[in-house]
Amino acid sequence: MTRKGRRLLVISCALGMLGIAAGLVLFALNDTIVFFRTPSEIAAEGTRPGTRLRLGGLVKDGSVAHTDGTHVRFVVTDHGADMSVAYVGLLPDLFREGQGVIAEGVIAPDGSFAADSVLAKHDENYMPKEVAEALKKQGVWKEGEATP
Amino acid sequence: MNPEIGHYALVLSLAVAILMTVIPIWGARAGDAALMKVGTTLALVLAGFVGLSFATLVVAYVQSDFSVLNVVENSHSAKPLLYRITGTWGNHEGSMLLWVLVLAIFAALVALFGNNLPARLKANVLGVQGSVATAFLLFILLTSNPFTRVIPPPAEGQDLNPILQDIGLAIHPPLLYLGYVGFSITFAFAVAALIEGRIDATWARWVRPWALTAWAFLTLGIAMGSYWAYYELGWGGWWFWDPVENASLMPWFAGTALIHSAVVMEKRDALKVWTVLLAILAFSLSLLGTFLVRSGVLTSVHAFATDPSRGVFILAILVFFIGGSLALYALRAPMLRQGGLFAPVSREGALVLNNLLLTAAAAAVLVGTLYPLALEALDGSKITVGPPYFNLTVGALMLPVAFAMPFGPLLAWKRGDLIGASQRLMAAFGAGIVIAALAAYAQGGGPVLAPFGMGLAAFVVIGAVAEVIERAGFGRVPRATAFARLRGLPRAVFGGALAHAGVGVCLFGIIAETSWNAERIAGVKVGGSFEVGGYELTLDRLEPRNGPNYRDLVGVFSVRRGGVEHGTIESAKRLFTARNMPTTESGIRTMGFSQLYVSLGDELPGGGVGVRAYWKPFVTLIWIGSIIMALGGALSLSDRRLRVGAPKPAKKPKVKPDPASPVPAE
Repeated sequence: MTRKGRRLLVISCALGMLGIAAGLVLFALNDTIVFFRTPSEIAAEGTRPGTRLRLGGLVKDGSVAHTDGTHVRFVVTDHGADMSVAYVGLLPDLFREGQGVIAEGVIAPDGSFAADSVLAKHDENYMPKEVAEALKKQGVWKEGEATP
Repeated sequence: MNPEIGHYALVLSLAVAILMTVIPIWGARAGDAALMKVGTTLALVLAGFVGLSFATLVVAYVQSDFSVLNVVENSHSAKPLLYRITGTWGNHEGSMLLWVLVLAIFAALVALFGNNLPARLKANVLGVQGSVATAFLLFILLTSNPFTRVIPPPAEGQDLNPILQDIGLAIHPPLLYLGYVGFSITFAFAVAALIEGRIDATWARWVRPWALTAWAFLTLGIAMGSYWAYYELGWGGWWFWDPVENASLMPWFAGTALIHSAVVMEKRDALKVWTVLLAILAFSLSLLGTFLVRSGVLTSVHAFATDPSRGVFILAILVFFIGGSLALYALRAPMLRQGGLFAPVSREGALVLNNLLLTAAAAAVLVGTLYPLALEALDGSKITVGPPYFNLTVGALMLPVAFAMPFGPLLAWKRGDLIGASQRLMAAFGAGIVIAALAAYAQGGGPVLAPFGMGLAAFVVIGAVAEVIERAGFGRVPRATAFARLRGLPRAVFGGALAHAGVGVCLFGIIAETSWNAERIAGVKVGGSFEVGGYELTLDRLEPRNGPNYRDLVGVFSVRRGGVEHGTIESAKRLFTARNMPTTESGIRTMGFSQLYVSLGDELPGGGVGVRAYWKPFVTLIWIGSIIMALGGALSLSDRRLRVGAPKPAKKPKVKPDPASPVPAE
């Protein structure tokens, strides 16, 4: 093979592989991204059951109920709308009523939210960024204020 | 010590760093040997001043000097000594100071051990290193001064985030920074070479030890961070594809590509332009990581504080260094002479494949990490790119890497013999099939990917051993000769094989843990028991205990399997009194390479406690494999041909090459 031909072969192999990699990335992105929504947004959009979402808001005061050791129900609110969440598992250390929370899961046919993970906070003052912004937009909470 | 001394030392460091940026590079341009030499002295002085500054901050922490704001916010007098020391870098300001300290230490090492470098190259390298130091010292002094005083000083500090009060904080950040910042040296070498517009195989020989050092530390840093998250967070996961983890993984991929392409450049004088680009990319990705972590654009355990001015500042540093170096690259790269042709099937070809896949993986991680940020900036929609994306892309790109790995070292330079290499890998291939069959039998149905992956892992490990045996010539030459050759093999060969074996070990752990782990969530009362992974755990008692700055609720579990006692596990819910913040102290019992993992949840209304228990088969292999990889790097580093500062190697009479073997003796 000539010098040129050889280089061409190597380069075309490389480009082909990069093309495959790029395709893989796009395919995976298309399939796996998860949107963040607040209860009001879900109510407004009428999101279909079965959609995978990250639900963010505040844990409504007095809403946390342990049905047994591992099944928990609580309500996530953004003071515009409420959404009931069911979760099987241990709640993160800093899960508290009246504090910010993010739950990831799907909307069940009955309109409640079946969470498979509840985001742990790492700090007692921590408010998930998305939640803080969503609440600010609703006008119910401002940076630096105590949580409502 | 007075905190003002630390602050003053930091200001002096900035002055020294500015001089270090200007004088040696100027000297190199003017061809003035005396000016170029100043760089060496300045690098040592810089390390001294930054070291003094850092020491001052450590002393303030150890003495609980609450007149310093940083200490007030992150320390407490009741905290054990170790955590008072590590608390120094458990916050934004202190960790940036540690970053600069590591940078200055690396510059000093180049100054001390770079005697064999051409004066001009060394001066330029130190100059570039000085410019990075200047930028980050400015950043600290203008936006993140750790020595700010509070008047009047409070009586007590606010304590360190409890999650950071762990031995992990003493190990993980320093190791990670040695890796991250270590790539600043390869970056400096690349930029220096571009400034000169000249680069050759010896450049690769000078760069390789630094790249290897940085890579080995980064490997350890990531592995230790993973283990820390595993036992501290209580979720039993060892990798979350958290943006901050991704930030450390991207330079690792680029660095791994770099240490491989530098071999091609050193041995064959090929891939020069590409190697220089990788050296720039590895550090650029480290800088990007620093930006993602420190700017507060992400919410994560690592984001200590969010202050927009800091983000903008780091972004400016990022743009300057990445943009500047890439512009220089675009300008100068065409001047670099290309050399060394090779066939697609050859050692070079295999290394190109490795480089393509590794950089593609780095790019995939980059896209997944930045896409949510970009989308939010564009149209405000908030999305998450989660583990499924990363598992799919990185997994699909890494499997061919693992499969090709044993072949690479068995191919000859320039033109390789794929069939010959395959024949020599028959034993390894057989071992892989046996392991896969055993795994399939043990699992009895279930995911097909698990036995396949384990077989692949075994193939990689045995393939690495096969390479060494093959090079020594066992089976082809008399045994005594083969042993003599084995002793004569360069350490870099053993290092490379060891690192490859480490990848196999790590892969085995990853596959085994993800496909065979068992999870059990239960509410348990004292005396009650539950089963996980074939083990029966009984909650013997729940007892409160007191620590220096926390209170524990400890659950003591006894472990049985088939009625046989297997010891006990203690798992605790810990409440840190200063911040009134609970943490989970998971209880772990290691059995062979596998672990039983128990974390406690909340106390339940009807008595008893929520428990989450995992059986994690072969999980420790993930970290053991990473340590083996790093050891392989260290072993390569000890190769006399690579030793930093070693005089030019005299041509050692090589072990007589075997004419029958297409594989070169080294």
